Amino acid sequence: MITLTDVHKQFGANKVLQGVTLGIASGTSMVIIGGSGTGKSVLLKCILGLVRPDAGQITLDGQDVTAKGQSGADRDAFLARFGMLFQGGALFDSLHVWENVAFRLLRGPKALPKAQAREIAIEKLRRVGLKPETADLFPAELSGGMQKRVGLARAIAAEPEIIFFDEPTTGLDPIMAGVINELIREIVVEMGATAMTITHDMSSVRAIADNVAMLHGGVIRWTGPVSEMDATPDPYVQQFIHGRAEGPIASVR
Amino acid sequence: MTAALGALGRPVLQAVAAVGRVALFAASVLGHILRPPFYLRELGTAVLQIGWFSLPVVGLTAIFTGGALALQIYAGGSRFNAEAVVPSIVAIGMARELGPVLGGLMVAARVASSIAAEIGTMKVTEQIDALVTLSTNPLKYLAVPRVLAATLSMPVLVGVGDAIGIMGGWLVGITRLDFNSATYLKNTVDFLEPWDVGSGLVKGAVFGFIVALMGCYHGMNSARGAQGVGAATKAAVVSASVLILAANYVLTEVFFTS
Repeated sequence: MITLTDVHKQFGANKVLQGVTLGIASGTSMVIIGGSGTGKSVLLKCILGLVRPDAGQITLDGQDVTAKGQSGADRDAFLARFGMLFQGGALFDSLHVWENVAFRLLRGPKALPKAQAREIAIEKLRRVGLKPETADLFPAELSGGMQKRVGLARAIAAEPEIIFFDEPTTGLDPIMAGVINELIREIVVEMGATAMTITHDMSSVRAIADNVAMLHGGVIRWTGPVSEMDATPDPYVQQFIHGRAEGPIASVR
Repeated sequence: MTAALGALGRPVLQAVAAVGRVALFAASVLGHILRPPFYLRELGTAVLQIGWFSLPVVGLTAIFTGGALALQIYAGGSRFNAEAVVPSIVAIGMARELGPVLGGLMVAARVASSIAAEIGTMKVTEQIDALVTLSTNPLKYLAVPRVLAATLSMPVLVGVGDAIGIMGGWLVGITRLDFNSATYLKNTVDFLEPWDVGSGLVKGAVFGFIVALMGCYHGMNSARGAQGVGAATKAAVVSASVLILAANYVLTEVFFTS
């Protein structure tokens, strides 16, 4: 269970998060929607500790993860529970594809032998629909869709309990987007993982989400099961999911 | 009046803050050098990139500098019939000053820029964030191997540069200045003291540290986008070069004035 309570964050004069309160139950898939620049990525990075919130509390299974006193080992143990798919893939371009996927497996106190890590990497690549030959290529030799898949394989390589997806379909053609959405849904269900996705792609939302939360103006505007999303009278949600230019959300931001 | 004072004070404050940030960065890199985990493969790659592949540029710089030095010292020495000092002054000049300083500046241009551009691009494309989420400290994984490699490789590069520079002087001496080869070499060896070379190697280690530190610091603090990476690269080369020249003066003062 991930709980955010009254989380605030501002950069200079720009108040990005102004009191976000949200709960994500274990084993469920939460999708956060909202326009560009509404702070979705910042919210995700706050949970991971990549960005330190100015105020508020973030807990994972009751433990405060924003505590300043967290030691290196605690932090490693915390991060070991997470996998993350970055928007641009964020693959390490100096490493082969399989070394990217096996990055965590090859390092740290529980490091696996190279051959075994490679085997797992190839298995994960197969899981996301890539051939074993891909393993020895460099990320720069792959198409955008393939890079996303490798990023996905890396995120799930160490069997994390919680997986974050940062705009998983941005920059992909509709078919590839559909494939990635389906993969995410399958993998999350099959691993029993808790998933948190941020996106502004409504087809993604419908494919991936159990629950949806809309972030606007630095707060959660609406949250509920995906089945109730279409019926909600909230004008912000309605404008967003139907992509209307007219409505309470200013089109010039 | 207040505006004028403000305009004067702001850059000073910014400069002081920057010095503080660099010092903190240097301290945390040094702190991580001795604590595990150690990334030996990254260290090996960095030694190859920073040390081995810098050999040609350092060698070429040294050979031409040694040659030009011989010509200049001959021209200067002939004004008071002291042409015979060419071998020893070339050797001392290369070992104490020109080997480490020019070598350092060439490595700054080659290495500080590439480190800053690489790490800056990693920052911009979220690869640094990805490292963190994979339980890997970016400072340890990226900065420590590079700083260590540069600090260890530079003295070797300087040593090689010294030898090639002295050889450049010898080549010019025997082909253009009518020196006898054996006499030239004997004069070089007789007048060169171990500390002449040793001090240059120590300078080399310090310059190597500066080069990699500036590359890593500016890369990790790169602003977004292509422009941000460009600015980081420029800042890395400029700051490394200036710091090398400043550190050279300080070290010379410490080593050779008593």
